[in-house]
Amino acid sequence: MSHEIVDARRLLCPMPVIRVQNRIAELPAGTLVKAICSDPGALSDIPAWCRINGHQVLETRVDDDEYIVIVQVGENT
Amino acid sequence: MSQNRKAVALISGGLDSLLAAKVIQDQGIHVEGINFYTGFCVEGHTHAIRKKDRNKPKRNNALWSAEQLGMKLHIVDIIDEYKDVVYNPRHGYGANMNPCLDCKIFMVQKALEWMQAHDFDFIITGEVIGQRPKSQRKDTMPVISNESGADDLLLRPLCARNLPETRPEKEGWVNREQLFDFSGRTRKPQMALAASLGFEDYAQPAGGCCFLTDAAYSIKLQDLWKSRGEKRYELDDIMLLKVGRHMRPREHFKVIIAREEGEGKFLRGYRKQFVCLDTVSHAGPLALIDGEVTRQDIELAAQLVARYSQGRSAESVELEVSDHGAEAYRIQVAPMPAHEIPQGWHV
Ligand code: SF4
Repeated sequence: MSHEIVDARRLLCPMPVIRVQNRIAELPAGTLVKAICSDPGALSDIPAWCRINGHQVLETRVDDDEYIVIVQVGENT
Repeated sequence: MSQNRKAVALISGGLDSLLAAKVIQDQGIHVEGINFYTGFCVEGHTHAIRKKDRNKPKRNNALWSAEQLGMKLHIVDIIDEYKDVVYNPRHGYGANMNPCLDCKIFMVQKALEWMQAHDFDFIITGEVIGQRPKSQRKDTMPVISNESGADDLLLRPLCARNLPETRPEKEGWVNREQLFDFSGRTRKPQMALAASLGFEDYAQPAGGCCFLTDAAYSIKLQDLWKSRGEKRYELDDIMLLKVGRHMRPREHFKVIIAREEGEGKFLRGYRKQFVCLDTVSHAGPLALIDGEVTRQDIELAAQLVARYSQGRSAESVELEVSDHGAEAYRIQVAPMPAHEIPQGWHV
């Protein structure tokens, strides 16, 4: 399935969260967003932000030195 | 109390803003949090960079606070707009380069814009009279309300009963009797309230909420401005001020030397923007040169870097030089003896 990509490499937290947040604000519910980050903090911060704002994290993983978070956009109320 | 009223809470990640939001939530108000990112915030950065810290569990305290409260949190990037607050604070700086009063006015003003755009009714902060000597005093509270434009739509639930009534109280949106009258530097009332509300494990940051309250950081920022002949910074500049050993052997250039592997890796990410020095004959740090430099300057910087390598006692150390990402070349230098490095070079 295709993903919207948020490239947050070389950004330190909370910038990856801000990039994901701003991208999600423009997307319809159900869209998949793949965030690629180099700050390991993204693995805790993006899921925390998703939990409180009603979006679902489908996967988190580490690829070499990159931290990947896949999010399904919830209803933007 | 009205079920329909909505408040936006400034959330720093500290205990006071958490409590203020909770107290208002408990009055049946819908509260959402807003957290501003200036680039100077302490959250996470050195943690992300330093290798020894990378494996420790980490959390963003503003997100943690919001999760405790079951409320939404909006994180807003104000990096560019905030520069003017740092360059020209109308109310001056605090003990270091922290423009706390102007910063608060600016953040409340931004919260007001957000409140109006999202059809919310009022703003809350965790401010407490007398908690901070410069920005949280009885006489600065009205300055923040007035100069931000929020006026009586700014409510401080933790010290509201020491202040004139605000519109949310006058209109009966919130019950003033259930707000607090905290004052002074003591943290005991907040800790007691936290305990009564069942909060544990909250953040207790020492000092301020940003790097501008840090003396060593402030000196580096002033050094940067002095070398540029003007107050100016980009996000990369203020990130790099958090990393490595900064040494200025000449007015026109500075050397940033990694202190450990994680910092080296972080600095390496900037090698296309700077002259980058990497020790190759011995184990040693990676370094960047900030400024326009000649071959002679690069050699001097390399001697300094060699001093911090395992080859510090060797006759010569080899380093690889790459100039803004151009093809690298190697140079040999004699490490500079520690006693020959003037104290004044350390920024
Ligand atoms: S410590 Fe920093 S973020 Fe906090 S009020 Fe002062 S200048 Fe603003």
